Amino acid sequence: MSAPPRHGSSLGWLAVPALLLFGGFGVVPLVGVLVLSFTSWDGLGDIHFAGFESWRAVLADPGLPHALWVTFLVMAVSWLVQTPASILLGVFLAGKQRYRAVLSVVYFVPLLLSSAAIAITYKALLDPNFGLGAGLGLEFLAQDWLGEPALAFSVVIFVVSWQFIPFHSLIYQGGARQIPRSMYEAAELDGAGRIRKFFSITLPQLKYTIVTSSTLMVVGSLTFFDLIFVLTAGGPGDATRVLALDMYKRGFQANLMGPASVIAIILVLFGLALALVLRRAAGGTGSDSRMEGA
Amino acid sequence: MGLPLGAALAACGTSGPTRPGGGATTGGGGGGATYWYLSGMPQEGIRTGAVERFNKANPGAQITGTTFQNDAYKTKIKTAIGASQAPTLIWGWGGGTLRSYVQAGQVEDLTSWFGENAAVKDRLFPSSFGAATIDGKIYAMPCETVQPIVLFYNKKLFDKIGAQPPESWGDIMALVPKFNAAGIAPFSLGGQSRWTNMMWLEFLFDRIAGPEVFQAVFDGQKDAWSNPAAIDALTKMQDLIKADGFIKGFSSITADSNADQALLYTGKAAMMLHGSWTYGSMSADGGDFVSGGNLGFMNFPPVEGGKGDPTNTVGNPGQYLSISSKATAEQKEIAKKFFATGVLDGEEVKGWVSNGSVPIVQGADSNFAGSKDAEWLNFVYGVASKAATFQQSWDQALSPTAAETLLDNIAKLFQLSVTPEEFATNMNAVIGK
Repeated sequence: MSAPPRHGSSLGWLAVPALLLFGGFGVVPLVGVLVLSFTSWDGLGDIHFAGFESWRAVLADPGLPHALWVTFLVMAVSWLVQTPASILLGVFLAGKQRYRAVLSVVYFVPLLLSSAAIAITYKALLDPNFGLGAGLGLEFLAQDWLGEPALAFSVVIFVVSWQFIPFHSLIYQGGARQIPRSMYEAAELDGAGRIRKFFSITLPQLKYTIVTSSTLMVVGSLTFFDLIFVLTAGGPGDATRVLALDMYKRGFQANLMGPASVIAIILVLFGLALALVLRRAAGGTGSDSRMEGA
Repeated sequence: MGLPLGAALAACGTSGPTRPGGGATTGGGGGGATYWYLSGMPQEGIRTGAVERFNKANPGAQITGTTFQNDAYKTKIKTAIGASQAPTLIWGWGGGTLRSYVQAGQVEDLTSWFGENAAVKDRLFPSSFGAATIDGKIYAMPCETVQPIVLFYNKKLFDKIGAQPPESWGDIMALVPKFNAAGIAPFSLGGQSRWTNMMWLEFLFDRIAGPEVFQAVFDGQKDAWSNPAAIDALTKMQDLIKADGFIKGFSSITADSNADQALLYTGKAAMMLHGSWTYGSMSADGGDFVSGGNLGFMNFPPVEGGKGDPTNTVGNPGQYLSISSKATAEQKEIAKKFFATGVLDGEEVKGWVSNGSVPIVQGADSNFAGSKDAEWLNFVYGVASKAATFQQSWDQALSPTAAETLLDNIAKLFQLSVTPEEFATNMNAVIGK
């Protein structure tokens, strides 16, 4: 009856709700923050235009390279820990056996908990005087987990991984299930073993899944706030003070909305740059079919 | 990302249409005054009770209360005031935060009102007005209780190692190895909260050189933190940390969880420097620790050769109620009537005393007789009323910007990641900001 919709014309309105939301809650605040970064405002009084004063203050602050370094470390180390673990778990869970289905439900549990709840729980468990170590009388567990810079950083990485590995396993599980059986059958005919099949078929076939999961991990780790805020509040000293936390402290505890906005802009730029680099690094665009040449 | 959105929304508030007082959004019945205050029993009940009694006695002047949790309140009230949507009555801690409200023109000058109502002023502790006074003018009504910082100790543990409570800084340093040898931490500390560490510096500065050193910082004198007395105090502080004076893992313990108090009453730590408000929670959570007479308390001891008056104390000289300048004339009248007849009425005074707090009312000690906490109450009343100087907590006295830098550097000082000299340099950079 009706003519087939012409390409890209009549379906444009479908994007309107998403565009409105993105514009209202993404673009407009972003522009607001950009404007605020050129002002001086304590959150109470009038907003004064201050030129590059906030930018100068933030860029000259030795706290910024430190926060950048901590953010980078959190990003890099948590990627290094999470990716291999998620791939292995995901591929393992992709099998059709019943017990693997049960295990995948169990692994999923941390994803159901909020970051704040996880942080409070770990904080209590790791308390050097009332925590697990002291309670069970196990000396090696009764470390000053959140009071030594290196230990506190490791705990943050561990808890982040504990929380997010299930999510990334899920992505890899889906990815692994999409790999055609015929490839494995062909390899088996050629006499390939388990390990050979994993490295020659599974891993290359998961390439774009790895890009997707890594993008989520890396960009996501830029905005870790709740977990670190509750767990260590950036401490001890400033050992775990990531950019997002630095932004909050400047904006809402020190009442310096200008410099806090500068950090917000830096965060946005970093996030965008990282996402771009990751897509480039994957070669071609992420939307190419992974079946190409299969 | 919390900041972009929050900041943008607040920015909209300042430029958008403002409703006088913001009462219409939160208060019922149109013209009544609104009042935001902190939740959490037993204090919340006492605050609510005062409002209810006032409303009952004044059918034509109603106050509508809304309660908030401590940390949520700090953010909420700032945003509301910034957006000119503040409640009629603004509850706070006075000092630097009040100054930022004053500079933004958001609170009423009450100087002349107190001049006309001298009786209201004269019944309160004079020391409570310091933090309500900005540049010689009074912008807040002191209310509620006085909260000096006190050196608490566990009597049982002192008996166990056969030692006496410290009478000087030298005694403190001598006690440290004795307790450590007995497997007891000398001092409990919730170091992650940062202001907990600050209380130590407040006393050390005062005992070594009197209140003048911090006053110079507060007055914005150049390089005030580099005063030799300040360096001496910071060095002594790090000496105590290096000597393992504080419980293992103190930098990951928060005061909000009351874990620092638990260390004292469970016998893991012998002493604790903390606010007088912890007495109530230690009574409630510590089993028979307080009721069994095991909790000792004293003012911070003098430092050998120090110039500070050992009667001086630090802490919160009171809590504060300001009136929003954006409130309607009618709302302001209700608020002033509440100041004159509702705040710290006889019932409220009794309420505070019954939970172990000392209200800032002259002669409140007449209510102490017969209380199970009489010894404690008389001690706090004595410290507060006899103090030659009652220094407001530094983080409350300074502007929020300077306070955040201070707390940040104190955390690093306690972490031994900055030297006293580096601490002074970092802090000199934000003097007057």
